[in-house]
Amino acid sequence: MKIVQIDYGAGNVKNIQFAFERFGFSPILSSDPDEIMGADKVIFPGVGEASSAMKKLRHSGLDRVIPNLTQPVLGICLGMQLLCDISEENNTRGLAIFNQQVKRFSNAVKVPQIGWNSIHELRSHLFDGVRENEFMYLLHSYYVPLCEETIAVSDYEIPYSAAIQKNNFYGVQFHPEKSSVAGELILKNFLAL
Amino acid sequence: MLTKRIIPCLDIKDGRTVKGINFINLRDAGDPVELAEVYSESGADELVFLDISATEENRKTLADLVLRVAARIRIPFTVGGGISSVEDVDLLLKNGADKVSINSSAVKRPELINELSGRFGNQCIVVAIDAKKIDGNWKVHLIGGKVPTEVDLFEWAVEVERRGAGEIMFTSMDHDGTKNGFANEALAKLSELVNIPIIASGGAGIDQHFADTFIDGKADAALAASVFHFKEIDITELKQNLKEQGIPVRL
Repeated sequence: MKIVQIDYGAGNVKNIQFAFERFGFSPILSSDPDEIMGADKVIFPGVGEASSAMKKLRHSGLDRVIPNLTQPVLGICLGMQLLCDISEENNTRGLAIFNQQVKRFSNAVKVPQIGWNSIHELRSHLFDGVRENEFMYLLHSYYVPLCEETIAVSDYEIPYSAAIQKNNFYGVQFHPEKSSVAGELILKNFLAL
Repeated sequence: MLTKRIIPCLDIKDGRTVKGINFINLRDAGDPVELAEVYSESGADELVFLDISATEENRKTLADLVLRVAARIRIPFTVGGGISSVEDVDLLLKNGADKVSINSSAVKRPELINELSGRFGNQCIVVAIDAKKIDGNWKVHLIGGKVPTEVDLFEWAVEVERRGAGEIMFTSMDHDGTKNGFANEALAKLSELVNIPIIASGGAGIDQHFADTFIDGKADAALAASVFHFKEIDITELKQNLKEQGIPVRL
């Protein structure tokens, strides 16, 4: 199986690499459109700030490649947020695959949310074998609200999307690569899609 | 529900784990990668690696250690000790650290916080603050708590949040190594003053100290070293104990 992790200079790519290697897969890190389009599975990582990440995607032309992918694509953390229409983080236009606005948590709670939170209302093969209310590691200030495409819910101030799916595009707000055994299972499930 | 985090801290010198009692007199407590893996599989929510040698020649040793830890463990970890530039942070994050913590370098040049959070996002920038009460006032200390400054703990905490810190790790020098509990009064005040997570550090001796710092100290996470390294406290038992007291934990 050919797994490609999109390399656009944003994201904790090493940890995702290591996570797959721990169960015997070696993703290729690439910014080459042909290589990405030719993959069986695509990982879209992201850590950091939204507008500079989008700038990098536009600079490399990947903003036009990603929305046209037809194989399963997994956006992680900021990667998930960039799959949406627009983010409140510096009013950033995203890739518009999900018609959603990414919002910032209010100051009624500590921002960023850092730590292990439970996910529930799991409804996707991505969560096969994962128990309801399993804990995932999260590290974020912005979130995707609940929507039609929500496939897992988490609660911080309000219920929000811990994961979303539309056609072949999947997004997870948590870090499966840092979420112990259950996180690893989600990555395995993604490869089995 | 977001859970309270239990964080073992591994003090690193020349690539080995050590623990200072009141930051002096070091004791050997094993190999960092092995210890990290044991903690990762036994209920720790996060790990902190603090390089206390932190000299130029040890930069590469630390970066290599980060790489080895990242390859093996499945929970997040923070690296700190002697970090003073964007380049330092870039290398550590590239090698797989989830967060970095800065301390003395931020006090000496506060703009560093803005530079790091601007470049890497505030979620991965932890500002560690060591402080000690002098004549009734909490004063920030540098170089592992050895050098006092005139900087007020609470004013500094507000400033680091404003400059883009994503989290504060507060160590009370008065409590560290005493095993008499965390500095809950100061911790609670910090939590009221700033709106970013606070990690309590210094003073853990028994399970109840953790419950106290989460309830009275309003801490979001609690960090300890020797009580975990020398198996005086078992993390799973600790978490069961906390859960029975109604404190949300990951079990």
